[in-house]
Amino acid sequence: MSAPAPDRDPVTGRLTTGHEWNGIKELGTPVPRIVFIGLTLGALYLIVWTILMPAWPGINSYTRGLLGIDQRTSVEARVALARLERAEWTQRIETEPLATLASDPQVMNLVKGYGKTLFGDNCQACHGGKGVGNSGFPNISQAPLMWGDDLDTIHETIRVGINAAHPETRFSQMLAFGRDGMLGRSDILAVTDYLLALGSGASVDDMTHGAEVFAFNCASCHGDNARGSVDFGAPDLVDDHWIYGGYRQAVFNSIFTGRAGHMPSWEGRLSKADLRILALYVGWLRENQP
Amino acid sequence: MLKLHSRLERSAIGFVLAIIVVSSIGGFVEIAPLFTIDETVEEAPDMRVYTPLELAGRNIYIREGCYACHSQMIRTLRDEVDRYGPYSLAVESQYDHPMLWGSKRTGPDLARVGGKYSDDWHVAHLVNPRDVVPESNMPRYGWLLETPLRTDDLDRHLAAMRAVGVPYTDEMIANAPRDAVAQASPDAAAAYDVLERYGAETNIGLFDGRPGQITEMAALVAYLQILGRLTETPYQTAVAEAR
Repeated sequence: MSAPAPDRDPVTGRLTTGHEWNGIKELGTPVPRIVFIGLTLGALYLIVWTILMPAWPGINSYTRGLLGIDQRTSVEARVALARLERAEWTQRIETEPLATLASDPQVMNLVKGYGKTLFGDNCQACHGGKGVGNSGFPNISQAPLMWGDDLDTIHETIRVGINAAHPETRFSQMLAFGRDGMLGRSDILAVTDYLLALGSGASVDDMTHGAEVFAFNCASCHGDNARGSVDFGAPDLVDDHWIYGGYRQAVFNSIFTGRAGHMPSWEGRLSKADLRILALYVGWLRENQP
Repeated sequence: MLKLHSRLERSAIGFVLAIIVVSSIGGFVEIAPLFTIDETVEEAPDMRVYTPLELAGRNIYIREGCYACHSQMIRTLRDEVDRYGPYSLAVESQYDHPMLWGSKRTGPDLARVGGKYSDDWHVAHLVNPRDVVPESNMPRYGWLLETPLRTDDLDRHLAAMRAVGVPYTDEMIANAPRDAVAQASPDAAAAYDVLERYGAETNIGLFDGRPGQITEMAALVAYLQILGRLTETPYQTAVAEAR
């Protein structure tokens, strides 16, 4: 098959494709030259780029590229650089006592910024924005802390967690007095009413059945006056703050099924400086309550 | 070049051959990297397999389409390493069939979420995300807490995984339904068998906070709690130490 003879369109002066469809001819307008130039330059650029960057797979390996760029070493360098940029003040945070740092407004300004981000990424899911807690998760900015509220104690709690997998974790478990048959229904109701009365601020008769049940079963951890104990991580039962709810059914449920809240340990997941920044931030939240 | 093309277009066999040559370049570019897989995938001698309960949870994760909004892939970028932890390694997905790296993050990446929150938080969050994260737009999954987990077919799930290369032993497969229940029953003696078979690092717990029944919630939470915890290798990379 031979190619048809060139045929020029009389109006535009351009060549046609040579075909005719019922008297209609089509212009064979060529692809603009700029497209070919672009394609050629693009191809050249890619060839140079595959020489500079890791690109071609071989049988056992791949070409590493002249620039020696590797995403992993790049990110390592960037993370290390960021750490170096912060080193001046994180070094202070790592070495100086927390109480000294908390009274330094310059440090605390940085803590407020970094701490807010760290808190948002790691703590806020449970403890809520500004640490005001949630049902089942304690309020850590307004309520007394179960394990103690000085900065070093806060830092330790963040580091090892509560009932967590860390070998030094804080351990605390409230027994399931009802489910495990240690107390009957009427006893639990009595002690529930006793606690609610204590919390209401009304004068409470210490000779009631509820007070007696409390003294025998609860006081060893929560204290004779029900104000809690930081040694056992037992919360204050008189103040307005309730982790699992302060209404009658919720208090009853806590006594019936027991409680053992779990806070993850953050050592290993967060850096040493980050743990201390968070302790300072929580301390700051507690001083500047929302 | 144009002349060559117009000549090719006029020859049926020649044009078919040209198409095959061009498209096989595309195929080669996709297949060739697999030749170097031994070089690009790291070794993780401490890598453990999913327990039957975790595998069941993974299946629920897939069934509910969690991967559509959550990735499981921390990229080699500084902000991701700062936020989520060491970047993901290929070896971490070696027992994932299919892998759930995902490509879209409506919610956060989950590759290192294991151990980050408590079981109770996961349950509260899955029942109603807004209860704990007010600004969340994640759907509720409360029915998982009411739906008993199907465990009787887990041995076949494990066998299927073994067929595609996961090193489950005969013993693991034979005991799969029993192990799934035992892992979520911390007081049961059989829980020790799970530790023996799957390693002392295995989480044993109620997961859904409800003694006496194994729900789909327990399986899903068990799965979420081991994300990023099957091997310690990523925590030993230079980037993990640089943090």
